Amino acid sequence: MRRFHHLKDKFYIFTVSILTLISISALFIILYFVFRKGASVLSMDFLFRFPRNGMTEGGILPAIVGTFIVSILSVTIALPFGLMVAIYLSEYAKDNHLSSFIRVSINNLAGTPSIIFGLFGLYFFVNYLGFGSNILSSSLTLAILILPFIVRTSEESLRNVPSSYREASYALGADKSTTILKIVLPSAIPGILTGIILSVGRVAGETAPILFTGATFFIKGLPLSPFSEFMALPYHIYALMTEGTQPDRQVPIAYGSALVLIILVLLINILAIYIRNKKRVKIE
Amino acid sequence: MKKDKIFSLLVYLFAILAIVVMFGIILSVFSEGLPLLNSIPLWAIITGTEWYPTFNPPSFGILPLICASLLVTFISAIFSVPLGIGSAIFLAEVAPAYLRNILKPMLELLVAIPSVVYGLFGMTVLSGFIMRLFKVPLGLNAFTAGILLGIMATPTIASVAEDAIFSVPVSIKEASIGIGATKFETLYHIVLPAAKSGIITAIILGLSRAIGETMTVIMVAGGSPIIPHSIFDPVRPLTATIAAEMGEAAHGSLHYHALFFIGAVLMTFTYVFNILGEWFRKRAIYRQ
Repeated sequence: MRRFHHLKDKFYIFTVSILTLISISALFIILYFVFRKGASVLSMDFLFRFPRNGMTEGGILPAIVGTFIVSILSVTIALPFGLMVAIYLSEYAKDNHLSSFIRVSINNLAGTPSIIFGLFGLYFFVNYLGFGSNILSSSLTLAILILPFIVRTSEESLRNVPSSYREASYALGADKSTTILKIVLPSAIPGILTGIILSVGRVAGETAPILFTGATFFIKGLPLSPFSEFMALPYHIYALMTEGTQPDRQVPIAYGSALVLIILVLLINILAIYIRNKKRVKIE
Repeated sequence: MKKDKIFSLLVYLFAILAIVVMFGIILSVFSEGLPLLNSIPLWAIITGTEWYPTFNPPSFGILPLICASLLVTFISAIFSVPLGIGSAIFLAEVAPAYLRNILKPMLELLVAIPSVVYGLFGMTVLSGFIMRLFKVPLGLNAFTAGILLGIMATPTIASVAEDAIFSVPVSIKEASIGIGATKFETLYHIVLPAAKSGIITAIILGLSRAIGETMTVIMVAGGSPIIPHSIFDPVRPLTATIAAEMGEAAHGSLHYHALFFIGAVLMTFTYVFNILGEWFRKRAIYRQ
């Protein structure tokens, strides 16, 4: 009987280990294919040249530039908004209907499918406000998509600032806004920064919200005005795989673009983990 | 003093703006979707089995799309639930600290991979594999899409479930081991029942992620708006329909309103999931 029980223990540990192994190996299988198939097309020309011959030759420079511009712009738009909401939730909110209502709204936004943001962006920014389909509309749409994430990460970092900091500031006669702006916010910056960096990584990979708010398959030159359409890495991959007539020449370029996108996202995540760890050491 | 007032006013303003944004999104999707009901009765849309938006006369039955979304979500759950909860148990109960610190960031990276890359992998690698393995004529089908969605939902389920399992007090585990229960008995009779609400929340959030996923299903699910008879049929879920057709639908046309209507249906599905998940999460907190 005892032995049977220990066998069951072994079996249980074996099963959960295998399930974990399968989950993690999915990551490596996907990375393996992207690196193997993408590496063969990756070159300086691929990174710094314009596409040629209807996307079947040349580089992906405009898609890289477009992704950079839109990611940075959308997070820049979302940051002040998100930070203010986070300050409200962490420093001002009392336990009342208003604060729980705001919390529910943020949670709901976080759970909304990305294609819904695309619909909203099309209705509100592109058509209703008449911005048209361009960098501005896409960035605003993505800013709303990333807002709940910025609120959550910023709120957590603000809450992690010890209350003794605030009390010390009040004891010196500082008022609430001075305390928040001069004491709490600066102490929370590493955490907020981690959130910002991760946000850029997330936004860079989003496709559905930019499908009908500004992304396009091809532009001449680089997108230099907020009112121009743009190419983006994720949209470029999608378009290469679903449009065009020469899959044998388009698929390698799609993999090359995917490799660039993955490297960008991995670097961003590693940077975020590095900042998070550095902060931990500092506090210890 | 005056600066203080202005600052707190600004803070409140932005906080309320968050509510406005949330309602703005719900209102705009519904207000652009509901005009479809002026032309077609609700019942005919929901139960209609023919989605031919560009035919003359067009037909806007979304039952095949709803079935497709539910089917791929169900298939994804077959993979993501055991994988996610198994990983959660491993991380919370079995893995030593050093292994946990390596594996958790890896699961986070799985979330960080853009969905369009999953789609690319599905189209070029997984679909061929599924075709050969199951000897089916089409590799781009509900099953292939379901596997990918399952992989994508696994880290969500794992991380939420792990939190739930990890927060079961050590004292009751020790009590169980102390009276002679094995590790498995402790897990099955003590830890899992205590973490039940949190685990259910994890599963619901995973399902919600799968049903709302767009790029993977538009690239991999096959795109055919017909009620599936087999898990290897090509299908067109709600999200894929919006993404694939909005570019061609003229602004203000019936097709345009129909796609927003699909958006409203999709929102309703995900909010029901989210509310259920939130309800179970509250129950978990209350129990502790």
